[in-house]
Amino acid sequence: MTPALSKSERIVSRTNDYTCNEMRKIELYEMGWNLKDGLRECLVAAAPYGGPISLLKGHNRRSPSARPQLEIYSSSGLPLASFPWKSGVVKQLGWTVSDDLLCVQEDGTVLVYDLLGGFKRHFSMGNEVSQSQVLETKIFHSPYGTGVAILTGALRFTLATNIDDIKLRRLPEVPGLQGAPSCWAVLTQDRQSKVLVANGSHLFILDNTACTPVTPPGLSPQASSIVHMCVSFSYKYLALLTDSGHVWMGTSNLKEKLSEVDTKIKTPPKQMAWCRRPKSQQPSAVVMWDGLLIVVGECKETIQYHLDDDSILVPELDGVRIISGTHHELLQEVPGACEEIFKIASMAPGALLLEAHKEYEKESQKADEYLREIKEQSLLSEAVRQCVEAAGHEHEPETQKTLLRAASFGKCFLSNFPPEQFVSMCRDLRVLNAVRDYTVGIPLTHTQFKQMTVQVLIDRLVYRKLYPLAIEICRYLKTPEYQGVSRVLKHWACYKVQQKEESDEVIAKAVSVKLADAAGIFYSEIATKAYESGRTELAIKLLEFEPRSGEQVPLLLKMKKSPLALSKAIESGDTDLVYTVVMYLKNELNRGDFFMMLRNQPVALSLYKQFCKHQEQDTLKDLFNQDDDHEELGNLYVKASYKEQRLEARIALLQSAVDEYYKAKNEFSAKTTEDEMRLLRFQRKLEEEKGELLVGFSLHDTMTTLLSVGLHKHAEQLYKDFRVPDKRFWWLKLKSLAEKEDWEELEKFGKSKKSPIGYLPFVEVCIKHHNKYEAKKYVSKVTPEQKVKAHLAVGDMEGAAEAAIERRNESEISTVLSRCSATTDHLLMERLNRAKATAVKK
Amino acid sequence: ICFALLCHRTKLILILECQATKTCRKYVDLATNTDNANVKVLIDPKQFSRNEANGIIIIDKLQPRDFHILFVPRRSLLCEQRLKEKGVLNSFTNIDEYILDLIPYDGDLLSMESESSFRECYLENDQTSLYHAAKGLMTLQALYGTIPQIFGKGECARHVANMMLRMKREFAGSQTQILPVFDTLLLLDRNVDLLTPLATQLTYEGLIDEIFGITNGYVKLPPEKFAQKKQGEGGKELPTEPKKLQLNSAEELYAEIRDKNFNAVGAALSKKAKIISAAFEERHNAKTVGEIKQFVSQLPHMQAARSSLANHTSIAELIKDITTSEDFFDSLTVEQEFMTGVDTDKVSTYIEDCIAQKDPLIKILRLVCMQSVCNNGLKQKVLDYYKKEILQTYGYKHILTLKNLERVGLLKPQSTMRNNYPTIRKTLKLWMEDANEQNPNDISYVYSGYAPLSVRLTQVLARPGWRSIEEVLKMLPGPHFEERQQVPTGLHKKRQPGENRTILVFFLGGVTYAEIAALRFLSNMEDSGTEYIIAATKLINGTSWIKSLMDSPEENLP
Repeated sequence: MTPALSKSERIVSRTNDYTCNEMRKIELYEMGWNLKDGLRECLVAAAPYGGPISLLKGHNRRSPSARPQLEIYSSSGLPLASFPWKSGVVKQLGWTVSDDLLCVQEDGTVLVYDLLGGFKRHFSMGNEVSQSQVLETKIFHSPYGTGVAILTGALRFTLATNIDDIKLRRLPEVPGLQGAPSCWAVLTQDRQSKVLVANGSHLFILDNTACTPVTPPGLSPQASSIVHMCVSFSYKYLALLTDSGHVWMGTSNLKEKLSEVDTKIKTPPKQMAWCRRPKSQQPSAVVMWDGLLIVVGECKETIQYHLDDDSILVPELDGVRIISGTHHELLQEVPGACEEIFKIASMAPGALLLEAHKEYEKESQKADEYLREIKEQSLLSEAVRQCVEAAGHEHEPETQKTLLRAASFGKCFLSNFPPEQFVSMCRDLRVLNAVRDYTVGIPLTHTQFKQMTVQVLIDRLVYRKLYPLAIEICRYLKTPEYQGVSRVLKHWACYKVQQKEESDEVIAKAVSVKLADAAGIFYSEIATKAYESGRTELAIKLLEFEPRSGEQVPLLLKMKKSPLALSKAIESGDTDLVYTVVMYLKNELNRGDFFMMLRNQPVALSLYKQFCKHQEQDTLKDLFNQDDDHEELGNLYVKASYKEQRLEARIALLQSAVDEYYKAKNEFSAKTTEDEMRLLRFQRKLEEEKGELLVGFSLHDTMTTLLSVGLHKHAEQLYKDFRVPDKRFWWLKLKSLAEKEDWEELEKFGKSKKSPIGYLPFVEVCIKHHNKYEAKKYVSKVTPEQKVKAHLAVGDMEGAAEAAIERRNESEISTVLSRCSATTDHLLMERLNRAKATAVKK
Repeated sequence: ICFALLCHRTKLILILECQATKTCRKYVDLATNTDNANVKVLIDPKQFSRNEANGIIIIDKLQPRDFHILFVPRRSLLCEQRLKEKGVLNSFTNIDEYILDLIPYDGDLLSMESESSFRECYLENDQTSLYHAAKGLMTLQALYGTIPQIFGKGECARHVANMMLRMKREFAGSQTQILPVFDTLLLLDRNVDLLTPLATQLTYEGLIDEIFGITNGYVKLPPEKFAQKKQGEGGKELPTEPKKLQLNSAEELYAEIRDKNFNAVGAALSKKAKIISAAFEERHNAKTVGEIKQFVSQLPHMQAARSSLANHTSIAELIKDITTSEDFFDSLTVEQEFMTGVDTDKVSTYIEDCIAQKDPLIKILRLVCMQSVCNNGLKQKVLDYYKKEILQTYGYKHILTLKNLERVGLLKPQSTMRNNYPTIRKTLKLWMEDANEQNPNDISYVYSGYAPLSVRLTQVLARPGWRSIEEVLKMLPGPHFEERQQVPTGLHKKRQPGENRTILVFFLGGVTYAEIAALRFLSNMEDSGTEYIIAATKLINGTSWIKSLMDSPEENLP
């Protein structure tokens, strides 16, 4: 195998019509594979963006003795995988956006392999498909991922837009369809995948709900049938080939016709594809027959190529790749910048600059003349830009260099020319040349590279296990570590841990050494891979490196390392995670072991207690019992007692609480609980005797109620039994009696003995109940300190003044003064002011 | 119509949305303002088992086309599992989380609105809210740069700092490089300063909160004072719906007076009234068309100012009715006695009388707790006496509440250790005899004499530093610490002379409006050189705080 030299072959078709496209065909590789019969009788699928090629030879042979062989190659024909096909009959091969191979079988089962031939998974396209069998299949790409469309034997379409999230859609029936449609294609429009079907000369669009007949505007009337169709890479354009040999080109929404060309060939073609670069003004499509390739564009004339060998067309963003048994070529419209520069006798600034640089290299003075010419038109910066851009479109490193040197030369004569374009183009080209290399075999154009982004390119290299190259590129392009080098290393490590022949220690060491300095490595993912390949010990070793304890937990649980999982969850501080582990353990372990494990982890234990408090009261009791936590048990009984609707049951639970409180040596709680039980019994007894609702009241409220209904004796009894402080009882009785307006009883009570709360409250409470008369009775009994207040309360200004002056208290005098009104208490105010003056003097 | 089920810490909320395109802001509004008519509170996930049937039935009845479940603030596996057990998890088209850690309340204020955070951390040993706090701080750092210095005091602070440092390691390499906005983060446990929230706040905003309660930036006020007297509607009856007002610094007047001591608000309001009426008088001076046009263009602003003035005058009157009452005065006097250490070791006759008259329980609990905190615990006899009085008066069912208060340290029996509160008070100058309410020169104005301990700690940290108060720090519960986070080279802030340092103060367990006012006062002090941004798990006051710690079972007897 010799590395193919790529040579550039430029065919400039000069026709009468100047606007016609100029095409170029670049040889990408001489294929490294060795195929006996070329691509004849092979199912072939090549992934876009220079992706891998898969071949299934002899897929029509049904005898079990001769199993077909599935082979996967790089774009340069280097073998990546090869294995005999043991499953059912394959109808179609195709590639996903993430370089996975899809094999659609006759029964609608789709098998997914990675690009090195490893089986990943399979899925079905539904019962209906498996019953009526697959007639035709198309694999398509959309912003939602890779999709599969199937035409079944029952002439119905079934569609899955994204194979990673399969939602099967059965499209409506096509009216009047008797046999297989003459051709069909998948479109992505209005964020929906639709199928365009041709039945003879009729066209239909099938979406989720309807089948709509459509007519392409201006389709030539000679046609009685549409025999082939293709949609452009971007789904924006559509080309139809009719049985009369006409190619109709227009927008895929069928609103606009761009051109129509007669190929003058009426036999059905093998393949048709769009060949149009983004932003190009003209449409162009490629139609392939046996041994012949025709490019149709806007003009009447076509460009024809002869093909030696069976070939397939691979549509790309900016051209079409042609793969044959021996060669791999790229056919594309000549990029604008290249055309400007390399057109014969071009006077474009880029062409002049290239010329100037050539002369400069020859040390000829002509260099200056050319330069001057460009500068006079002030087009030097334009010239540099052209050269840089053209370099990007060239595949030959020598040509790239020549152009870049010319650009660099031109740049010397420009001040303030921004260097970014030049610098990034140099970088991009180095990367592109590296991946285009025969050994890698990813023939990306610059346009494709920009569209697919470095991230995706790195992914593709990783899929091919080209880790060193991927890392080199990341470093060279200075990709941020966590999206670049770290990501590649993670993939490497995931691959590494699956290598069965090496010991756990060796692998763990190798991984940790390589990944040591890399930022943002997620060891949990690597450990998961190790666990999935049956290496639990290695997984645990790797998890030790994971800084995010939250990430360690799910895997540790999966590996049944629950104690470790629990402590890691606690370490993370994420209580929800702790709950997850606790709930898991609760189901996994027997109760005793579960409690024991919680006992060693106080954080988990208290969280579990919270859970039990709301969900499992009984478990909570067991937990407290286990810890001999009598105080909490007591509290639990108290809480439970309030849930009871029967008094006996409540008292019984309170008794349990009392026992626990005694065990906890909490005398106070035990005693008050006993008091409560006593009170409840008393209340019930009285309820039965007197019919007064009392149960559940506080002691205070019970006494208030008793007093209000005149059961003074019973109130007194409670007062004594429960040792209610005198002060409070006096307040209580005072207020209750006033409330009842039982002034006689109040007076008796007031005289019964010396009030522990004084007599000011008597005055105030009477006033509150608007009984000034009663209030006055108590004023004389008030202590001297409170006299002023008492007098004021009953509205006796004179008395208040007397008291204040007697006490010679300045602030009290002021208080009285502030309550006097100037009109009625004139004399009083004078007296007070005088007294105040003397009080101040003192 | 689309539904979203939100689990907002303690609430699962079903949101009825009328438009498909609601902005994030709207979500925050809905999530934080549960009074919104579109929000229905269905399930409390903590009592999930009790109420879940309720919630599920409603979902079933409505038979909607699309259900979306959005967990706030984070996806909860536990909650999902419950939904799964109930067989409804699959009826949701979308299960997602709406990460809502720190909600901006004002230009300088962030809150997690996690009402039970203090209870969970100190009572239930459930540190979920701290995890959310750490996550929120990580988000904040992702947006505003790594905070180079972390200080903290308290167990929870230590835990949050540990989690932050760990998360920082976890994210290594994937962080964007941003010039740090904050110089320092100060994490403070609420239990380092249990006293401050118990005291009655005396700033304007603090009093609004104490008396009417501010929820999610809104206050509901009795409508009588706000009756609009419009022409033609003279005979209309007074509105019965409470008046709802939004309170934040976007309102010029409110920004001016919110942090003032209430005693200085009257003067500020009357000054403002003069300015506004002078501005309206300007119209007589407007002679030329140009002048009139200019006057007219200012009208909307002036009218807004006038209505804002009218609102706040009404609020101030409402508050004044209360602050001038004897009750308020007496209770404040007792509070101040406790804070200055007068008779804190005896049963207070005032509290006794309040219990005897069955004043609101929370008022009693606040006072008793305050006495206990100021005395570093009560004598066993005194404590038992209070407890017995409370149980006899308000009912035995409060026994669990009392136990809760004891467990979090708000109530405690005196240990053999001597009372170190006076030392703390003296060293940190927590009591200022001559607090100037009108033109304050010290933070003590916010409580008319008492300088909140938490803010004093913050102030000392900024200058001269905690080293000067090592002894006091040791007396306060929990460890104090300092951590440094590496800032990538090139991102070190080069402070211009005269440029302020910015400190983010995070209150774990809640912050009061008075504390916020005190920190704002420090920011605005001429020579402070420090600007404070405040974050908290929740905006609290003594009442809401004590309420969150209560556990009073409901009566079930027939």
